[in-house]
Formats: sequence, C-alpha cells, structure tokens
Amino acid sequence: MSGAVEVHSMSHVYVTDRGASLAVEDIELRVRPGEFVSLVGPSGCGKTTILSIIAGLIQPTSGEVRIHGELVSGPAAQVGYMLQQDYLFPWKTIWHNVMTGLAITKQVTTESEAYVKSLLGQMGLSGSESKYPAQLSGGMRQRAALVRTLATKPDILLLDEPFSALDYQTKLTLEDLVLDTLRSQQKTAILVTHDLSEAIAMSDRVIVLGRNPGHIRRELSIPEPIKQALPFQAREEPDFHGLFRELWQELKETEGEDALEA
Amino acid sequence: MRLKHDVAKGYDPSGHGEQLAERVHASYMRQRRKVRTFVLMTQVAILLGSIGLWEIAGRLKWIDVLLFSYPSKIVGLLWDNLLEGELLPHVGVTVVETIFGFLLGTLCGTSLAAIIWWSPFLAKVLDPYIVVLNSMPKVALGPIFIVAIGPGLGSVIAMALAITVIITTLVVYSSFKEVDANYIKVVRLFGGTRATVFRRVILPASFPTIVSTLKVNVGLAWVGVIVGEFLVAKQGLGYLIIYGFQVFNFTLVIGSLFVIAIAATLMYQAVAYMESKLSGRL
Repeated sequence: MSGAVEVHSMSHVYVTDRGASLAVEDIELRVRPGEFVSLVGPSGCGKTTILSIIAGLIQPTSGEVRIHGELVSGPAAQVGYMLQQDYLFPWKTIWHNVMTGLAITKQVTTESEAYVKSLLGQMGLSGSESKYPAQLSGGMRQRAALVRTLATKPDILLLDEPFSALDYQTKLTLEDLVLDTLRSQQKTAILVTHDLSEAIAMSDRVIVLGRNPGHIRRELSIPEPIKQALPFQAREEPDFHGLFRELWQELKETEGEDALEA
Repeated sequence: MRLKHDVAKGYDPSGHGEQLAERVHASYMRQRRKVRTFVLMTQVAILLGSIGLWEIAGRLKWIDVLLFSYPSKIVGLLWDNLLEGELLPHVGVTVVETIFGFLLGTLCGTSLAAIIWWSPFLAKVLDPYIVVLNSMPKVALGPIFIVAIGPGLGSVIAMALAITVIITTLVVYSSFKEVDANYIKVVRLFGGTRATVFRRVILPASFPTIVSTLKVNVGLAWVGVIVGEFLVAKQGLGYLIIYGFQVFNFTLVIGSLFVIAIAATLMYQAVAYMESKLSGRL
C-alpha cells in the first residue's frame, strides 16, 4: 500500500545573488494514511521548507514528493495548509473568509455551504459569520482559519506551527480541538513545531531534524497510551516525561554538533 | 481617602465606582469642550481680523489698491459676475477638468501599477523611464500637449493627468509589493492563479492606499488644471487669473483665487468624506 505522503531522497537549494545554500538534504519520509507526524528541530533546520515542498508551493531541487502515489507539481485541493497565524483577510467577513478556498476552487454549492456551516458550529463559531476578523479573539481567528482549510475537504493537513502565536491556555484547548477533529475525519497530518511537548502530545510519530543542512536525525514512535489520549490528557501520562527528556537530549546534541562545526 | 474607598467598593452594587467614573468623564468632556471652543474662537478672530485689517488698509490707501484690492471690492465684483451669470461657467469648466484629471490620474496610475506588478520583467525594464518621468517637472510638457492635442479642454486634462499619473503609479505599486506574502500564500495554497491573487488579495489590500492617493491627486490635479488654463484656455478660473493679470484687474485675480480656494477645499472634503465612508465599510 502506498503512503499518503512519500518524500524520496529530496534536497532543496535556495539561490540568491550572494550564492546558493543547501536548505535540506536527502529527506526520506513516509506518512501512512490517517497518521499524525510531527517534525521538530532547531530553527533553520528546513522544517518549513519541507512543508512548502509537500504543499507544492516550491519545487524541490532534486528528489520527488508523492501524494497518494501522484507526483506533486503544484498546490492541490487534497492538501490543506495551516499557517503560523490565521491570515484571515481583514476586509472580509468570517463567512467570506472561510469560503475563500471553495470560491477559488469554484466549489460553492448549497452542500458545501452547509458543510462549512457545520464546521463553524463544531468550532464554536456559529453566529460569528458576519463579523470581521478584527472583532474576534486570536483563538477564534485561528479556529476560523482551520475551518477555511477544512472547507475544501483536504485529506492531508500540513500544520506549520499553527499554535505558536496563541497564548498558552488557548493553545492547549485548540490542540485538543484540532486533533479531535482530524481524528474523527481520519485526516493525515504533518505538524511542524518548536514545542516538544506539543509534538509528543499530538503525534503518532515524531521526527527530529538537524540543521546545516536540514536532515533527518531520528524517528521516535509514541507509545499507544499517549497516542490514544487527547493532547491535554497525554501530558498526564506516566511515559510522557521520559519521552520529553529523550527528545530534549536529542535536540541538545544537535546544538552540540553545531558548536563543534563552528 | 475618598478615592480609595470608591475603588475598593468598585464591585459593590452600591455603585460608588460608577459614580466616580461618570464624574471624571464629565469633567474630562468639559475640559475638551473648553479647548475646542477656544481654538474655534481664535480661528474666527484671525480670519475676521485679517479681513478687517485688509479692508481698512485698502480704504485708507495704506496699500496700493490697484495691486492688492480689498475684500468688499472683491466680493462686490464676484457678486456682480455671479448675477450676470459669468462666474459659474468658469467655475464649472475648471471643476469638471479637475475631477476628470484626478479620477483619470488615479485610474491610469493604478492600472499602470497593476501592469508592472503583473510582469516583473516589465517592472525592471520600465524602472529608469519612470524615474526620469517622475523627476521631470510635468508642467514643462505643456507646449507639447498643446501641439499634440490642440489648445482646449483636452490639453488641460492631459496636464492634470501628467502631474498625477506617475506618482500614483509609484505609490500604488509600492503598496502592491508591500502586501504580506502570507496572504498571497493563502490564495496560492488553494491553487489560485496570479489573476486570483491580484483580485482577492493585492487589490483589496491596497484599496486604502488607492483612496488616499485620490485625496493627494485632488490637490495635484488643481495644479495641472490651473497651469493648463494659464496656457490655453478661453474659459475657467485659471483663464480668469491670467485675463485679470493682463488687463491689470487684480480684484479679478484675487477674486478667482478666492473661488479656487473654496472649490478646492470642497472637493477635498468630498473625497475625504468618501474615504471615511469606504474605510468604515472595510
């Protein structure tokens, strides 16, 4: 069976006037359908580059990326992407914002509108349709952004630190909400994050990246009890702390290597 | 001590805290009204004082009346002209030319900005030409317009257009480029094309800038129209100024300036009002 996302010996070079720099090298990644995988690593390890390539926003310099066995050549409707901030258009109402994807892909029908309404309901945003983004709190805006992403029914979700701009309380609540939603809809997800406890609490598998250039250092499978629990509960599990320490150690070693190179 | 008591009971249903807030607010509003009244009174005093002084200086021949005229004479002349129906056609022509000038200038400038945003190649190619055209004093092109378009309404509007279009292009283009790349990413992620990006993100995000250029262009278009009328017109307020100058009727010159000041202010206020309406909607 083919994976939902397959990345094979992928490298990417950024070119500027001052020269070319290797951002990521020889990335191998395979995500099964319905799996939740996190990428963690120090800043500059190419996490966002990998996500942008999978999303089809940029073409890898070498190697290949397949979604359900098909080569990626550009952004596709089956892949949804959540940015670090909501980036809702301030000049549009919440309703028009969440309908953006459907309007662009010309899928506005009574069925799709009903689906978006039900999503808004699930996210606790019913009644906010005619408001403007500036009238909503940060957590509500990020939930609206999630509705915008889910509206086109992607089966793969790329989450680029979507909780990093939120306050701690909102972040914990949203983690539970997002994971619950993705699980019930059986979506495949790749999460990029700086937050180790978030990675452990949400994922089935955590991949640790190193930098200069970005490469995969290690894979960590999350044990069943933590996988099953929602993020907030997962943090209470007895094994959670051990895993956290293991990841922490791994990342510290990454920095140690950098220090030796420098 | 009293204040402390009120604050401590802020949550108390007795409502002491609310009373305090109301008292402070009332005295704040009184203070504001006082300042506003004082500013307005000073403004009126300056206006009446200078008009009065001018009138006295003219009547008592402290200044050369032939050159500087005086208020009652100017108002009298304008009033007579208005009654004879000679003033309004001039005002009408100039106002129409100005409106055409700033609307066309904003429209053409924005379209040009859209074209160079669309094609980065064209943007690079056109860059030096735009720099030269921008540094050029546009009124110097007057004779060229007259020869090419003919002396008349066309040349006057062309002059207003020339003054407004390049600066509009530069300002609007830089606002296009400053749009947060993440908004563009949102549209691209849904498979949006460059046209979709422009329509859904670039244009609406730059809309406030375009409307505020409209406001700047009102002022610039007036410059273009008046200079244009100096050069070619048989009608309009610029023509009245030049005519008054040639026949040494400075009452007419100053009277025309007075009418321009009123018309230009009204037009600016109208656009500013429109801007507040539009941005209120956003």
